[in-house]
Amino acid sequence: MKMSIARGVMVLLAGLPAGQALSDELSVVCSNDERWCHLMASEFEAETGIDVAMVRKSTGETLAQVRAEAGNPKIDVWWGGTGDPHLIAASEGLSQPSEADTSELLGWAVNMADISEGRAIGVHAGALGISFNFDLLKEKGIEPPSCWRDLADSRFLGEIQVANPNSSGTAYTQLATLVQVFGEDEAFELLKQIGKNVNSYTKSGSAPNKAAARGETGVAVGFMHDMVTQKKAGFPLEIVSPCEGTGYEVGAVSIITGTRNLDAAKKWVEFVLRADAQSRAPEVEVYNVPSNKGATLDPQTPSLGSVKLIDYDFATYGAVDTRKRLLSRWDAEVKPSSN
Amino acid sequence: MARTLGIWLIVGLVGACLVPWYLTNGGLLSLNWIGGSGTPENNPILLLALIHGKLWLLPVVAGFPIIATLLVLRITPAKRAKLISIIALSVLVYVAVQGFLVVRNGPVLLNDVFHVLGAEDGQAGLGIGALLVVLSYLFILTTAISMSGNARGDAFVIGLIGLIIALVAVFVFFPISQILLQSLKTDAGGYSVTGFLKRFFSGEVWRLDCLNGGTCGPAINSIFLGVLTGAGTTTLGLSFALIFTRTQFKAKKLLRVLTIIPIITPPFVIGLALILLFGRSGTVTTFWADLMDMQATRWLYGFWGVYMAQLLSFTPIAFLVLIGVVEGVSPSMEEASQTLNANKWQTFRHVSFPLMRPGLANAFLLGFLESLADFGNPLVLGGNFNVLSTEIFFAIIGTVADPAKAAIMSIALLTLALSAFVAQRMWLGKKSYATVTGKADSGQHASLSPKLKLACYLTALPWALFTAIVYSMIVFGSFVTLWGYDHSFTFKHYLQAFAIDFSNGIRWKGVAWDSYFTTLTISSVAAPLTAILGLATAYLLVRQKFAGKNVFEFSTMMCFAIPGTVIGVSYVMAFNFPPIEITGTSIILIVMFMFRNMPVGVRGGIAAMSQLDKSLDEASITLGANSFTTIKRVILPLLGPAILAALAYSFVRAITSVSAVIFLVSAKHNMATSFIVGRVEAGDYGLSIAYSAVLILTMLLAILLLQALIGARRLRRDNRVR
Repeated sequence: MKMSIARGVMVLLAGLPAGQALSDELSVVCSNDERWCHLMASEFEAETGIDVAMVRKSTGETLAQVRAEAGNPKIDVWWGGTGDPHLIAASEGLSQPSEADTSELLGWAVNMADISEGRAIGVHAGALGISFNFDLLKEKGIEPPSCWRDLADSRFLGEIQVANPNSSGTAYTQLATLVQVFGEDEAFELLKQIGKNVNSYTKSGSAPNKAAARGETGVAVGFMHDMVTQKKAGFPLEIVSPCEGTGYEVGAVSIITGTRNLDAAKKWVEFVLRADAQSRAPEVEVYNVPSNKGATLDPQTPSLGSVKLIDYDFATYGAVDTRKRLLSRWDAEVKPSSN
Repeated sequence: MARTLGIWLIVGLVGACLVPWYLTNGGLLSLNWIGGSGTPENNPILLLALIHGKLWLLPVVAGFPIIATLLVLRITPAKRAKLISIIALSVLVYVAVQGFLVVRNGPVLLNDVFHVLGAEDGQAGLGIGALLVVLSYLFILTTAISMSGNARGDAFVIGLIGLIIALVAVFVFFPISQILLQSLKTDAGGYSVTGFLKRFFSGEVWRLDCLNGGTCGPAINSIFLGVLTGAGTTTLGLSFALIFTRTQFKAKKLLRVLTIIPIITPPFVIGLALILLFGRSGTVTTFWADLMDMQATRWLYGFWGVYMAQLLSFTPIAFLVLIGVVEGVSPSMEEASQTLNANKWQTFRHVSFPLMRPGLANAFLLGFLESLADFGNPLVLGGNFNVLSTEIFFAIIGTVADPAKAAIMSIALLTLALSAFVAQRMWLGKKSYATVTGKADSGQHASLSPKLKLACYLTALPWALFTAIVYSMIVFGSFVTLWGYDHSFTFKHYLQAFAIDFSNGIRWKGVAWDSYFTTLTISSVAAPLTAILGLATAYLLVRQKFAGKNVFEFSTMMCFAIPGTVIGVSYVMAFNFPPIEITGTSIILIVMFMFRNMPVGVRGGIAAMSQLDKSLDEASITLGANSFTTIKRVILPLLGPAILAALAYSFVRAITSVSAVIFLVSAKHNMATSFIVGRVEAGDYGLSIAYSAVLILTMLLAILLLQALIGARRLRRDNRVR
């Protein structure tokens, strides 16, 4: 009788696919658009002959995983996604300097490397903007917004959707931007007034813009390159760069501390910083601004030159203390005033 | 019994002498160590201890010769059993202790002792040899216990209990304890119980402001939603089950498909379909707004949207549990009632319905727990309505990660699950619900009273229609260019996902193939294992008596009640380091699915088994069969619907789960849902929906196949309705 159980266990075990615990491939977590991830992975494989095992995860998920795996990482490189989580990983020692050459990069990308002591290097940037569904606003006879302050106007009652800065890095960038544009007290006053018009604070940063595309909300706040993607897909969206100036995010690449493939990881970092590699983003409908000076831009890309950018202070507003303070103030003052 | 011990001794010796003790480079089950014994990592434990100077491993091997000696020594059987069980248990404890003390970078405690014993280099994760050795000691222990005469039940039952307890301890308690420890952490980095209590009972979690116009805490929202969802799905599931078994409804086949489909849908797909129907610009909303000349509103976003989506998603689970139970209620009892002059309503109210109580209670419990742990629907449709599962997710991956908050909310969630579990036990009480006995039944279920029949039709049929509409929307969405805006017909989403290039042999060109194949493999391996584990547990709970049974029962439910995110993170924390290092493999996904989904097998199995009269087992035992034969020849054949439910459900859940999978997928083993979530994030709904549609079709085929394989159970009566 025991025999048959034992035999059963053996049969079941034999049926399990062998798991790969350790491997010689470069393990990359990509927080960019899936197609962009795959394009770059296959290009890198073709060029270097190094096998890439790639998976797409959002920055929040990746940071949680990198933290949980600290000391015995299964990830070698983390590429893309908004820069703040990369900076947090750097400040917690979860990533290590890649010693890559930054001389060809634009100022904001080098700045990122300086703040993180070379642990996170900027690969792309995208400005914050406002999008609106022009069919919907026209039908309702609402004058479109052009500034941050317009969003506080009562004509947008129940028409604005923004993300919750507690869950979304996009929304936190917006909060930090307004604080830097207007000063902290005035920014919170403005956010409270905007809050009266907000129909919901979504969890995900890209959700408001998608809702605006489908007419579920009139106006959305988010990153302009996401808005371009939806607009190019055919939705009736208009994109506005706020007149008071706007903040931006810098996407980064980091090598995880304790990687077993350091050389390959360094090659990856050099690869994604190169002009020819970065120039290929528009092929897969990715419209953020590349960090290499020599990279070519798609005409649709919202170039940072045409947008009134503020001098965004990543060191101050990326720091955990500032975040905690601003977010608890947001929880206390802005959230209760929403409906 | 000595023979059984001998067999396990041989298994253990094979594990100790022939196969690598540690995880080899190729992974747990790869065979690349054959011939490569030159490196110490590929050696079995015996050689490691004797040749490679890893002396601290010696006690693990030493257990075997001692046990073998005891087997041939002339001592009383009771004494022998006692000695063997003590030795086996000590070795098992020792394996665990050394595993935690000597990690990759060397010993963490008692450094001097372990350094002397040759452990200064640390060790890798446990491999196949360790698995065999541990299993061997475990079964030697349980067999010895059954021989000692102190336990009722035979070696099989005790072995099963031992195995399940060991599995639950390693794969449920160990990972969960990792995350729960986090709840005691303070900002300063220390641990504090008072700090925990303060945060646990704070308004952040439990506030009741929604009673006077404000917003409630996530825990209160979760309770509210869970109770209504549990009640709603149970009612709907019962209506469907009654229509199936007690009426002559014409289109039962079609209805059956409609009751299955929602369960096999990735959650956010239902959310998207609901938005397109009932969102502010949705078809139905704009139609009503035009008709009534009102402003279109965003009523969907919040409680009602989530509730609707959950009813759609979870009704099938209630149905799957209830159909077996409703079918199983013995016709002779109903006939007896009618012979005693009760009318159809009285028969239903006082005979059939009370006998369905285990089914109802289990269906409600599942609905409640599913609602608590549901993540996809609140994420898409929640608006400003916050529940625990989404709050926990964003406490972990939000802009300021707060693992302590996540852990505290997880404890709140577990508390709710425990309360529901206790309430269910109290309602069921200690009554007997056995209706499937050895006696032949005439096989004619009493039909429903006209009013009840009407009520069932009125609840179930509109719901079926609604489900049909939602799913036609999804199919429609996969064939149009831009769902919700540009409705011109296209195949491009399917081509992008599932193109195959035949020009040069078969090349799987579409972007979805990789994750599709991985998903199918992992789910097909996980499903039978989950079903076996679940039903075996149910058998122990219903048919056997042992100390700590209630605790045992609840512990098997734990993984189910905890939201996927917490499971995901706790699995990474627990299984990323030696002794058990399985992150990045397919094994961690399979194991996670097994323990997360086994409660459905357990619930379904309990509901079905409580209907089987114990005299059936007793008859079998009296005729000389042991427990294992009894299960195989008597119980299993009568459990057809429960097995089907457990298999189908665990297969499907492995394919559709999102939140737990996100942290556990790796580049090599990416799952379909994780891929789809990425596409949804990028706003690529067309591809996501096309992929989901293919998944739905795959699962539907799999379920039909299972149904054909398992077949209907034969109860020596026809399920006719009079």
